Amino acid sequence: MRPAVPVGNDNMRKLYHFHGGIHPPSNKTQSTRATIARAPLPAKLVIPLHQHAGETAKPVARVGERVLKGQLIGMPDGIVSSAVHASTSGTITAIDMQLIAHPSGLPNLCATLVPDGKEEWAPRKTIDYRDHSPAGLQHLLRMAGVVGLGGAAFPSDLKLSLDKHKITTLVLNGAECEPYITCDDMLMRERAAEIVQGAEMLRFMLDAEEVLIGIEDNKPEAIASMRAAVAAGGHQRMEVIAVPTVYPGGGAKQLIRVLTGIEVAAGVRSTDMGVQCFNVATAYTIHRAFAHGEPLLSRIVTITGNVLHPRNYEVLIGTPIAELVALGVALPDTDSYIMGGPMMGFPLPSVQVPLVKATNCIIASSKKIFPPSPPVMPCIRCTRCADVCPADLQPQDLFWFAQSREFGRAQAFNLFDCIECGACSYVCPSHIPLVQYYRFAKSEIHAREHDKQLADKARIRHDYREQRIEREKQEKADKLAAREKAAQAARLADAQPLTAQQQAEQAGIETSRAHIRELAQSAVEHADEGTTK
Amino acid sequence: MFFSPLISKSDSVSAIMLKVLLALLPGIVLYVWYFGPAILVSITLASLTALGTEALMLKLRDRPIMPFLKDNSALLTAWLLALSIPPLAPWWMVVVGTAFAIAIAKHLYGGLGNNMFNPAMVGYAVLIISFPAQMTHWIAPHGMVISELTFPQQLDFIFHDVLPNSDTLDALTMATPLDTLKTHLHLDQPMRQILDMPIYGRFAGHGSEMVALGFLLGGLYLLASRIISWHIPAAFLGTLFVLAGIFHLADPAHYAGPLFHWFAGASMLGAFFILTDPVSSPTTNKGRLIYAAGAGLLTYLIRVFGGFPDGVAFATLLMNICVPLIVLYTQPKVFGKKGSQP
Repeated sequence: MRPAVPVGNDNMRKLYHFHGGIHPPSNKTQSTRATIARAPLPAKLVIPLHQHAGETAKPVARVGERVLKGQLIGMPDGIVSSAVHASTSGTITAIDMQLIAHPSGLPNLCATLVPDGKEEWAPRKTIDYRDHSPAGLQHLLRMAGVVGLGGAAFPSDLKLSLDKHKITTLVLNGAECEPYITCDDMLMRERAAEIVQGAEMLRFMLDAEEVLIGIEDNKPEAIASMRAAVAAGGHQRMEVIAVPTVYPGGGAKQLIRVLTGIEVAAGVRSTDMGVQCFNVATAYTIHRAFAHGEPLLSRIVTITGNVLHPRNYEVLIGTPIAELVALGVALPDTDSYIMGGPMMGFPLPSVQVPLVKATNCIIASSKKIFPPSPPVMPCIRCTRCADVCPADLQPQDLFWFAQSREFGRAQAFNLFDCIECGACSYVCPSHIPLVQYYRFAKSEIHAREHDKQLADKARIRHDYREQRIEREKQEKADKLAAREKAAQAARLADAQPLTAQQQAEQAGIETSRAHIRELAQSAVEHADEGTTK
Repeated sequence: MFFSPLISKSDSVSAIMLKVLLALLPGIVLYVWYFGPAILVSITLASLTALGTEALMLKLRDRPIMPFLKDNSALLTAWLLALSIPPLAPWWMVVVGTAFAIAIAKHLYGGLGNNMFNPAMVGYAVLIISFPAQMTHWIAPHGMVISELTFPQQLDFIFHDVLPNSDTLDALTMATPLDTLKTHLHLDQPMRQILDMPIYGRFAGHGSEMVALGFLLGGLYLLASRIISWHIPAAFLGTLFVLAGIFHLADPAHYAGPLFHWFAGASMLGAFFILTDPVSSPTTNKGRLIYAAGAGLLTYLIRVFGGFPDGVAFATLLMNICVPLIVLYTQPKVFGKKGSQP
């Protein structure tokens, strides 16, 4: 509705606007005062085999086996899947169901690894990506367990298969719009050159023309560092762009819109429109995978909130969250821990759950930092939610439909365009947990569609069965009819006039038949007499 | 268990309603300045009735009482209704109108957030249809009539229907500027002569135009603090302006000008406080424009060609009916489906 408005920036580049958005307090400075530190090796690692979108990896290590750092312990299983590796050298002591960091609080298959402290690497093979085909590189990424580190943990190799689409623009997402989270910020400040090289690798695989690196303008240090890295590397058609700080400006669709003006509708892949987007940390990981032969074994995680020492750590995948919490030193009134940011994160079921590839931030929560929401009031249709919705939805209507279980209407009002950013709940003066209603409606619709699919299948099966029975009946009837027809034809043939000799023969046969019948009759009569006497 | 987002803007329904109440204050102060403190009596009476009825209805509906009493929405209904009816209306009329607004128009529809019609306007409609005579008890502004009631005398009249021996009701009250204009036009008096009557001021009614100005000020505050968006006031006042302008240009002797229509009657109150009620108005911006333009058209038609002295209340109620339809047909295009790709 609103025309493309150029937003003021120092890039001399036309930026675009997306509808809505909010400006929550950023709370980022607490965790950017210190550089990234390496977390110490924990006594035990619990490595989930399902850390990515898609199918759980198949365990390929045995219990009791000694594994090396970077050794494959989970084989990708299915098209949408990714590999899982031993984060350090040591012994696999168990492969079983354990509690993981998931909103459901349900356990999942994990490999428990007791480190031997030697950090002994499995053979690493560095490659020059320019010598390989994009398909070959994709396979390498899949086997290196590279997934999107922005939060969705979608296997990166799949985002590089293009179905012959021409990619004009590669967008690198360094916006990091959620409050509190600073892992990408610190990574860009400290390891910009490697990110930029990773971006170059992505550009090669996508055969993209230009690379646009979007960073929110509340991260001047990261912007400067990335610009310096681009300049130092002599990268052509690669630009670091300061984008306005507005939540959810770091959503892939929102960033693509701001940088290119393209709006990628729900259900449409951005590659169909010539754009693909990767997180800066993913680009960094790709560089580690190709240039150092290292699979994804660690990531940068922010520990912040109600802690004494908020900071970013490079942490091995599988490290219990409790270890990270101990590094930050949680304050006594901490009552729970959030994984992710305050807008889209979720409370952890326990601090014993392991850190996974998707873990970007752990926030120690207290009633002071996140006060409980005031009592919910009825919706007064003030439409503040609609004013801030980045998908141009009408959240107040969707809420109404979800509440009254009018799921058909919710879908007609584009429920599935909702990205669950939470901006609507943030501004709601009635404190309605709107996103929860949308999640509920979505899951109900999914469940119903699943049921419907099952019912459809059953109905189709039933229809086929009916058809088969009908067909068999028909075939039987046809066969019978054919046989009868043949018999009739034979009878007709019989009825044809016979020759004199045949007639004589027939008459002879008939006479002897009559004689036999007579004999038989008398025999029966005699027998009857005998018995009655 | 708690859900994301874990943070929220510190805002609440009661804070929003309180700001709207505050925004009414300039208009109320000017009301008292020009017409005396009787309006404060009806506001107080309406407020007490509204809170009492609200509490009773909440209890009957088995809802928590205190959170809803504190949301200030019943108070807002009370104030808007009190400002719409004559200050010298008998006390029981204020009570009946307010109780009807809260009990019937609000709670029988499901309470806060569920009422299809603006409750204050429903209360007003009930009163003007049931008690048309008492609804003409408008006080004349200071200095407009020979005798003026003192405040105790006003109270006496409101509560006991007793006037001082020397006074008659006709000497104390007068028709509204809109009504006066209509009556005199019927008598074929020329517009200029009518508007020279002492009851008229710079744009519209003497005194009442200043009260309207007060509501305009409050409305601008609501706009500035983003409690309301510009769509409804702009479309309503714009339509009223254009219509009045066209008729006035075509026949200035029989049709008052746009500024008269802006500052007479409940135009400003309607534009910023009544039509903008979020619950009973459309949720889409395009819908708001259509809704308010429709209300502007109806207000003008009722005022100029209809039988009622003002048209804002009925225009609001009629447009309230259309809201679901308007909203349905003015859904904005969602992200990625706008066809505005570069």
